[in-house]
Amino acid sequence: MTLVQTGRVAALQGDEAVAEAVRQCDVDVVAAYPITPQTIIVEKLAEFVADGRFGGEFVPVESEHSALSACVGASLTGARVFTATSSQGLAYMHEMLYNAAGMRLPIVMAVANRALSAPLVLNADHSDMMGSRDSGWIQVYGENVEEIYDRTIQMFKLSEDPRVMLPSAINFEGFIISHDKERVRLLDEGSIKKFLGRPKPKFKLDPDAPLTFGAIATPDTYYEFRMQQNEAMNGALGVFDEVEKEFEGFSGRRYGTVDAYNTDNADQIMVINGSAAGTMRAAARQMNAVGEKVGVLAIKLYRPFPAKQVATYLAHAKTVIAMDRSLSPGAPSGPMSEDVKSALQAAGLSRPVMSVVYGIGGRDMLVDDGKKIFAMARQGPVSGLPIMYGVKG
Amino acid sequence: MLVEPIKGLKELPMEEPLSPGHRLCPGCGASIVVRQILLAAPKDAIIAEATGCLEVSTALYPYSAWNRPWVHSAFENAAAVASGVESGFKALTKRGEGREHPIIVFGGDGGTYDIGIQALSGAIERGHRFLYVCYDNEAYMNTGIQRSGGTPLGAWTTTTQVGSARAGKVEAKKDLMSIIVAHHVPYAATASISHWRDLMTKVRKALSKDGPTFLHVMAPCTRGWRFDSAKTIRMSRLAVETRLFPLYEVEDGAYRITFPVPSPKPVEEYLKMQGRYAHLFLPQNAAELEAIKSGVDANYKRLEKLVQLAVKPSNP
Amino acid sequence: MSWKELEQGAVVKGGTSASYNVSGWRVNRPVINEAKCTNCLICWIYCPEPAIVRHDGAKVTIDYDHCKGCGICEAECPPKAITMVREP
Repeated sequence: MTLVQTGRVAALQGDEAVAEAVRQCDVDVVAAYPITPQTIIVEKLAEFVADGRFGGEFVPVESEHSALSACVGASLTGARVFTATSSQGLAYMHEMLYNAAGMRLPIVMAVANRALSAPLVLNADHSDMMGSRDSGWIQVYGENVEEIYDRTIQMFKLSEDPRVMLPSAINFEGFIISHDKERVRLLDEGSIKKFLGRPKPKFKLDPDAPLTFGAIATPDTYYEFRMQQNEAMNGALGVFDEVEKEFEGFSGRRYGTVDAYNTDNADQIMVINGSAAGTMRAAARQMNAVGEKVGVLAIKLYRPFPAKQVATYLAHAKTVIAMDRSLSPGAPSGPMSEDVKSALQAAGLSRPVMSVVYGIGGRDMLVDDGKKIFAMARQGPVSGLPIMYGVKG
Repeated sequence: MLVEPIKGLKELPMEEPLSPGHRLCPGCGASIVVRQILLAAPKDAIIAEATGCLEVSTALYPYSAWNRPWVHSAFENAAAVASGVESGFKALTKRGEGREHPIIVFGGDGGTYDIGIQALSGAIERGHRFLYVCYDNEAYMNTGIQRSGGTPLGAWTTTTQVGSARAGKVEAKKDLMSIIVAHHVPYAATASISHWRDLMTKVRKALSKDGPTFLHVMAPCTRGWRFDSAKTIRMSRLAVETRLFPLYEVEDGAYRITFPVPSPKPVEEYLKMQGRYAHLFLPQNAAELEAIKSGVDANYKRLEKLVQLAVKPSNP
Repeated sequence: MSWKELEQGAVVKGGTSASYNVSGWRVNRPVINEAKCTNCLICWIYCPEPAIVRHDGAKVTIDYDHCKGCGICEAECPPKAITMVREP
């Protein structure tokens, strides 16, 4: 693969990288409200506006609900739109998440995952996006800065595809990725613009052909509209692969729907999303270096869930460790654990799945924690409610 | 920018901006508001709307009464959606991929006074160019006549019932116009469907401004106010003629009463026509009736004083 | 109708409500006395539907498919040229 050199490698925070991607992607309208730890995205974009480096409209809305509402209005004009939020902000716009998806609008949103109040905390976990996982948005999770820069670009292409026309969310942990400065090999702006083209929606607000958006339906038709949405979401799996392939063509980079480390040869396989995947991989490498047999399956595309691939990679594991950085109180396992178990069952596979909740409210995950969890899985039969790993007392 | 005056009804377009066959009640004031406003506005107007009577009745899949591009999203966000539409067209125009159009937002009293006020306030503060029309039927009519911040003092609604302990709404109607004027909008006005020429002139004036503008239009509701459907126009006319709903405009902070009422009709004449005020005419509620009457009086006198404070508008 | 045939996102073409007949809603129907009618268009500007149709070079007529019989036109007509008549 030839990599189109930009000649520019920058040290960027996650938030900065997302803002730079937005700037390069010919976005027409950004409507966003600041919330820790996403604020740097908004501030960076404002800097670009002031320097004349962002050609679109920047709308400093008065709330997150209005942010997504403005995005809906702008998207309907045929413009390319972007917003970003986190935690309380995502919860505030919850109603609008379903609205945007139901109206089939290709809005792209960055989510700097942060735990939900109460109690109030600023640090990362996935409870914000997990609470909205059924909203009909495509959801990817990134584990480092360069990855989320790439995903931002890719999601415009994926969402705007006429076979998809669904909004997408790029998830990355607050502070851990949003604020961490990492090396990013920036891509050539011309290549990005060529890759994306301009949005060409089938339906838009146009006085020459007046259309009505947001009509009320009846029980006679609502189910069918949701079916369309569901089908588009399932179909997005295939379009995702196409988008990644084309992206690889000019960037040399590809991530996949999942990232499998040593799954062919592992007795215990850990399924995990987000930045801790990297830490767990480091733990696994260290363990394998001294003769252990462990693997890590990182989930990159969460919705649509790559169920078949997940089942394939887990087919020969003795134990599956399903990691959740969010809690579903009263449920038999965390949200992603449920997806993993369902995927296994749908494939006719039966594997013991140890459900582990970790990193809640920004609780740190270290390499040693990975080793401890693999050891727990090795200890024998797993049953019962999720293990609340790392809680004091 | 010169505002084209309206000389007569015959000069208005023959092509209807709203198609019939919608599901609004016979005699509904809201659709008359919409028709008059859109007949006065340019043909390429784009409409954003809040959830409510008007929205559900005119856009019921697979039927739409709108012969204009139209978007409804949620209850509280019409002004935010409009901000997005305006920004979208602005951005596309800048890159030569489209052109800008007048944007008209319709929100009921529910979607404007209460749940929608944040989005409206924010949109105005940011200076987006749109005309926001509050069609005020003085309650959450679509969900079955529950009180809103726009429900007047003493009115019956299903959540301000009349009984032995209470008789109708105990709070006064929120002063929406003052809230809007406090944002220093270039133009804000009240209008009535009975006085169509006044209304249409105001529409054109508002649309000529490069910024957020506002029209507060009364939309009498035959169901919620309890009156015969044929009386809708008469009701709105009487509201003006009793000084209960004065017709005025505020242009760059200068107040002007556009339809002065030197000898007002008695407020009772208006209240008596509506079932929602029937209880006011019982002896035990005499004090409430007095409070309403003195409120109307005080409000008109306040407006007259504000007119006197008038600063000449910068573009007459 | 199959989910495959519906418009994506429940988009509706504008103006389609005209195909919906609401005549069954009314109790009374307006009748215009053409001799008295001055074509002032007051009934037209006050009709909520609109069920009053303007014509180039001819007086207004009632669109009985879309009139709900509210009676505003009779109440507001200046020369009293409209009468609400009970539906048969």
